[in-house]
Amino acid sequence: MANKQESHENEHEYSAGLAVVPADKIADPGLEPHRVRMTDKSKKHEKAAASQVATWFLVSIVGSIAAIVFYFVFPISADLNTVRNNTFFVGASIALGMLAIGFGAVHWAKTLMPDAEVAEARHQTRGSEETRARAVEIVNLANQESGFSRRKLIRRSLYGALALFPLPGLVLFKDLTTDANPSETLRHTMWKAGTRLTTDPTGTPIKAADLTLGSVFHVIPEGLNEREDKLEQKAKAAVLLVRLDPADVKSQKELDWGYNGIVAYSKICTHVGCPVALYEQHTHHLLCPCHQSTFDITNDCEVIFGPASHALPQLPITVDAEGYLVAKSDFHEPVGPSFWER
Amino acid sequence: MSNATTAKPANAKKGGFLAGTANYLDERVGMGGILKEFGRKIFPDHWSFMLGEVALYSFLVLVLSGLFLTFFFQPSQVPVIYDGVYGPLKGAEMSIAYKSALDISFEVRGGLLMRELHHWAALLFVAAAGLHMMRVFFTGAFRKPREINWVVGFMLFVLSMAGGFTGYSLPDDLLSGNGLRIIDGMIKGVPVIGAYVSSMLFGGEFPGTHIVARLYGLHILLIPALILVFIAIHLFMVVIHKHAHFSGPGKRDDNVVGYPLMPVYVGKAGGFFFLVFGVLMLVAATVSINPIWLYGSYDPSPVSAGTQPDWYIGWADGALRLAPTHLEVVTGPYTWAWNILLPILVLLVFMALVATYPFFEAWVTGDKREHHVLDRPRNAPVRTGLGAAGMTFYAVLWAAASTDLIATHFHVSVNNVLTSLQISLIVLPVIAFLITKRVCLSLQRKDREIVLHGHESGRIVRMPHGEYIEVHTPADEHELFKLTDFVDYQPTIARPNAQGKITVGARARAAWSRFYFEDRVAPVTAGELAAAHAHHSHDEVEEKPAAKKTTKKLTK
Repeated sequence: MANKQESHENEHEYSAGLAVVPADKIADPGLEPHRVRMTDKSKKHEKAAASQVATWFLVSIVGSIAAIVFYFVFPISADLNTVRNNTFFVGASIALGMLAIGFGAVHWAKTLMPDAEVAEARHQTRGSEETRARAVEIVNLANQESGFSRRKLIRRSLYGALALFPLPGLVLFKDLTTDANPSETLRHTMWKAGTRLTTDPTGTPIKAADLTLGSVFHVIPEGLNEREDKLEQKAKAAVLLVRLDPADVKSQKELDWGYNGIVAYSKICTHVGCPVALYEQHTHHLLCPCHQSTFDITNDCEVIFGPASHALPQLPITVDAEGYLVAKSDFHEPVGPSFWER
Repeated sequence: MSNATTAKPANAKKGGFLAGTANYLDERVGMGGILKEFGRKIFPDHWSFMLGEVALYSFLVLVLSGLFLTFFFQPSQVPVIYDGVYGPLKGAEMSIAYKSALDISFEVRGGLLMRELHHWAALLFVAAAGLHMMRVFFTGAFRKPREINWVVGFMLFVLSMAGGFTGYSLPDDLLSGNGLRIIDGMIKGVPVIGAYVSSMLFGGEFPGTHIVARLYGLHILLIPALILVFIAIHLFMVVIHKHAHFSGPGKRDDNVVGYPLMPVYVGKAGGFFFLVFGVLMLVAATVSINPIWLYGSYDPSPVSAGTQPDWYIGWADGALRLAPTHLEVVTGPYTWAWNILLPILVLLVFMALVATYPFFEAWVTGDKREHHVLDRPRNAPVRTGLGAAGMTFYAVLWAAASTDLIATHFHVSVNNVLTSLQISLIVLPVIAFLITKRVCLSLQRKDREIVLHGHESGRIVRMPHGEYIEVHTPADEHELFKLTDFVDYQPTIARPNAQGKITVGARARAAWSRFYFEDRVAPVTAGELAAAHAHHSHDEVEEKPAAKKTTKKLTK
C-alpha cells in the first residue's frame, strides 16, 4: 500500500464532482490467488494439451490442402449445382483450415501459456508538470520565432487564403450534374397529348375494349423502349391503368380525366418513389410495398394510410380514332416524391 | 514475471537466423525498442472485450474479400444483353455492373463464395461494432479519458453503415435499385437543395448511368480509407489509455491487470482472428445471402413485396414507415416534406445523443478523475436505464422496417401493426427505462445484502433453545471488495456562483443530478460491515468462508 501512495504523489489531483469519496472503504485484498490448471500440475495433461494443439494445426493443413484440391475437383459449368458444390466444398475446407488454426492457438494460449494475471502500473494521461511546461514553452518559442501573433497581416491573410483554397475544389464538383434546373426536369414526363398507353414491358398498345372491369395494366408510354434514357423516363412515366365501375368512383374529376371508368394513375409513390404496384380489387386500394402508403383509387388516389402525403397524380386519358388509349396531356403536377419547388 | 524482459533478440540462438533478423531490424527500425515497449503490454481478459476485435477482424475479411471482388466487378451501367450461364436471365438487357456481379457468382470459381463472404462479413462488422458500442456504454468505458475515443468509435459505426449501404447498391439488381430509389426520395425531400443534390448524386435524373461508378469510388476508396484512419486512431488511443478492466480485487484506476501481449494475447487474439475468419467462411460456404439473380436487373416499375434492407439500414427504413400520414406542409410555392424530414431528424437527433452522451454524463457528475475500472451496469442504474431506453427505441424503429412481414406472418392488420409501433416508439423506451433502473437498484440491494449478511446456504439449524435459524455463508474478502468497489454519486443542489447568482446551467445540472442519483444504493462501508458482523455474532451461527468455487456458484 505504501507503494501505491508514493506513485500517487506525482499525479494530478482531479475534482471528484458529485462522487462520494468513501472514508472507510472495504479494503482491497489484492489480486485473487492464481488457480492452478491441470496442465500446470500434471505432466500428462500438459503433454496431452500440447498434442491437441499440434493436432489442430495438422487439421488446418489438411483443410487448406483440401480446399485447393476441391477447387480443381469441383469445376463450375452451366449446371448451377456445380456452383453450389464448388462454393460449399472450397468454402468449408478453407473454413476448416482457419478454424483449426484458431482452435489450436487459443487452446495453446489457454492451457500451456502462463495464466497468472499480471498487474502493470497505469499513469494519468495528462503529462507531468514539466512536460506541460515544456510544451507551452515550445509553443511560445514557435510563436516568437515565427511572429505568428505579432504579425497580424501575415496571420489574417493566411486565414483568408486557407478559407478560400478549398472552394475551387468544391466548384469542380459542379458538373456532377449537367442539369441546370433539376426541379424543372422533374416536372415533365414523356407523356403528351396523343401518346399511346402501352403495356409494360412489351410496349403493346392497349385498346379500351381490352380492359374488363377490375383489370389492371402496368403501363409505359409508347416509344419508351426505343429511348436511350428509358430507365430515367420510366422512373417518372410508369402508370397503373385500372377499369373501375363508374358508380364506385367518388370524384367527378377522376371520371372526367378517365375514359368510361378506365383511369390511369402515376405508379411512382409520392412518398419516396417506390412503384405502387399492389392493387387490391375489392377495396380499390393501391398499396406501396416499400412503406405501405395506401391510396384510394376511387377517390383521386388520395392517401388513406401510411407515410405518403399527397395523392398519386392522375394521367388524363382518352381514346384515339383506332380505339387505343392515349394520354390527353402530361401529368398536371410532378410525379413521385415531394421536393422543395414542387 | 520472471520472463518479463523476454524479447526476440535475447531468446534467439546466438548467430542464428532469428538473431540475425532481429539485429537487422533493430538496427534499421529500432525493433528492440518497439518490442521492449509493447511486447509485454498487459491486456485484461473478458469475453465482452472481444466484440471490438470481432469488428476489427470482420473489417480485415472485408478488405480481403473485397479486393477479390474488385478484380472481377465492373462498375458500369452501359447496357448489355446477358448471355451467361444463368438460364432465366438469358437475353435480358442489363447493366455491365449487374452482368459482372452475375458472372462473379456463376462463372468465377469461388466468386460466389467471396461475394457471400463479403456480405456476411459486412453484416457482422456492423453488428459487432454495435455490440461493442453497447459494451462500452453499459460499462461506462466512455468516461474520462476515453470520451474522444467514444466519438471515434461512433464515427466508425456510421462509416460502417455507409460502407454497407454503398456496397449493397453496387450490383444494380432490382433490390439495390429500389434501395437507391428510397435514398433518392429522401434526398429530394430536403428543403431548398433536395432536387439539386439528387441530380448531382445521380448525374442527372434517377437512376441515370453514373451512380454505380460513383458509389463504387466511395465504397472501395474513400470509405475504407476513412475506416482505416479511424481504426488507427481508435487503437492508438487504446494504447495510450491502456485497456480498461472490470472492478475486482487488485484492479484499480492506476493499474491494468491481465495477460501480456507476448505470448498470451498473440495466441488468443491471433487465434481469434482465424476463428472469426473461419466462422464467416463457413457461413459464406453454407448460407446463401443476397441472391441477386432472383429479381433481375433494376427497373423502376416492378417491385417485390416483402423486401427487407440489410439489418443495419432497417431502423432508418422503419423511421420512414412510422411517419404519420399528411405531414407535408406547403408554404407558397415550396413544399416542406415533413414525412421525410421528421424521420431524418429523429435519426440524426438519436445519433447526436449517442455521440455526445459521454460529455453530458461528465457534465452531470462533474467528475474529472480518470476512470479505468469499468462499472458493472447495475451500479449506474440511470445510465443503464437510458441505454435500455435507447436500445428499445432503436429496436422499435427496426421492427417498423418489417411492418408488412409482421402483418402477413401473424395475420394481423398492417394498419394496426403500424399504429401500435408508433405508440410503442414513444411509450416502450420509457417503460424500458423504468424497469431497467428498478432492476439495477434491486440488484444493488442484493449485493448489499450479500456483503452484509452473506449468501444463503440453505442449511437450517435448530438452536438449543428451539429457535430455527438459517446459516449464512459470509462472502470472502475478494467478493466483498468486488461488490463494494464502485463509484457512488449523490445529487447536488443549485448553488450560487461567485457573483451570487444561481445560473440556469446550475439549476439544470442540479435537476439532472437528481434525475440520475436521487435513487441510490451506496456501497457498504467497512464500518457498516463490522456493525453487521457484531449484530450477527450473538444470535446467528456463521460458517467459515467456503472455498472460492462454492461462493461463486452461489452468486449466480
